[in-house]
Amino acid sequence: MRRNAVTVVGAAETTKLGVIPDMSQIQLHADAALNAMADCGLRPKDIDGIATAGETPVQLAHYLGITPTWVDGTSVGGCSFMIHVRHAAAAIEAGLAKTILITHGESGRSRVGVAGRSVAASSLNGQFEQPYGPMGPPSMFTIPVLRYMKTYGVTEEQIAQVCVVQREWAAKNPRATFKTPITTDDVLNSRMIAWPFRLLMCCLVTDGGGALILTSAERAKDFKTKPVYILGTGESVETPMVSQMEDFTSSRAFRVAGPTAFQQAGISVNDVDHLMIYDAFAHLPIYGLEDLGFLPRGEAAAFIAARNTAPGGSLPLNTNGGGLSYMHSGMYGMYALQESVRQMRGVAAAQVPDAKISVCHGVGGMFAASGTIIFTNQEP
Amino acid sequence: MAEPGRALPVPTPETQGFWDGTNAGELRLQRCDACGKNYFPPRPFCPGCASRKVSWFKASGKAVLWSYVIHHRPVPGFKPPYAIAVVQLAEGPRMMTNIVECAQTPEALQLDMELEVVFEKQNDTITLPLFRPVAAKG
Repeated sequence: MRRNAVTVVGAAETTKLGVIPDMSQIQLHADAALNAMADCGLRPKDIDGIATAGETPVQLAHYLGITPTWVDGTSVGGCSFMIHVRHAAAAIEAGLAKTILITHGESGRSRVGVAGRSVAASSLNGQFEQPYGPMGPPSMFTIPVLRYMKTYGVTEEQIAQVCVVQREWAAKNPRATFKTPITTDDVLNSRMIAWPFRLLMCCLVTDGGGALILTSAERAKDFKTKPVYILGTGESVETPMVSQMEDFTSSRAFRVAGPTAFQQAGISVNDVDHLMIYDAFAHLPIYGLEDLGFLPRGEAAAFIAARNTAPGGSLPLNTNGGGLSYMHSGMYGMYALQESVRQMRGVAAAQVPDAKISVCHGVGGMFAASGTIIFTNQEP
Repeated sequence: MAEPGRALPVPTPETQGFWDGTNAGELRLQRCDACGKNYFPPRPFCPGCASRKVSWFKASGKAVLWSYVIHHRPVPGFKPPYAIAVVQLAEGPRMMTNIVECAQTPEALQLDMELEVVFEKQNDTITLPLFRPVAAKG
């Protein structure tokens, strides 16, 4: 076994997903945490490290009754949880903690127990973006896409295909919010949100949570769950302002985080059996496939439209249905991680046969941040 | 009661020079005296080489349309559908803005079309830089 290998031994989502008006946000964290502890037979007193975003590690420790020797409150949007996994693996390797709990919970739809969201008018975003009329991610995360489409000759129909293919995966998943098959025309005829983006090209807004428990591979042998090894990790950030991205056709944070993880894992894209790319909007899988090196620039939309990432295709992508069809609470990264762990345990609703390596790639903010985790179920 | 207007910036000491410029009818950017880089948004050092020797200068106001969306949802101060755009300034930096004196349609808003800055006064302290097609000049 590789020295100091770290594994996921506990993983679970909240018991319910979707619309959960009877739970506050901190309780969604706790519900997922209790499920993850039950998954691997631990109690709060067994946890000595915690990481979370959305709520603070202080709130989480107090609420769950944990006395940590290590905390991480990295909060850079939806990929915070990938970055927590990376930091937790390093902390376990360094001996700073033995058993780390990472939680996510978000009352994204019901907004129960959630602080209000606002952009400070004196921040750079408040001064140089908000005055021009954006209202959250649907009108901001989408701004670079026309430049991508013009540069590579990509069509609205091809972008709509991302949504169609992911709905096919969701149809296989009893826990997915949307399971009814859709066509390209359904996507293009859905309500216009921010041209060229229609409603079905935008993620869901739902309630839910998820939690992971990490420990050393040596200790993992004491747990009844099948160990899922962390093979490689990467992280980066670029800019809080989408208007200030270096390149509107590619994410610098993706291009740093992804290759860092592949290098550490010692694998190439050809070794990947299963892939998750955080899909807050339909263009994210396209940017991700290219920035992680799966495809040359400009080719990912046609690759998806040709059904290579669909059920039965060569590169199963977003097999839970993704943020577009499975669920999206606001910071979706935890659900992508959960699906990678299920695939590596062999228990996913749409299980990829014999999958040995899963890549889980997250975005935070609007191309602001990124985290990549590479999992395997083979002892490294 | 007046309808709520658009969100307005609150300048900081580091950005005041930019907003003083728009109030005076000038689009002011910063240039590094050490490496020559033009940059935006404002800060009192160069994001390229970290030199603190930087100067304000008046930009040409020329730009091209770099990318945009046409927003269809209601936002205070705006009448949907309206474009939220990013323009590429002739001097290099990009900035978010709105395109005025132009239909807010995919047909009218062509990427790489030539634009020029216009200034829209919001109140006694804030004037926003907006852009219009060069052909629209009266």
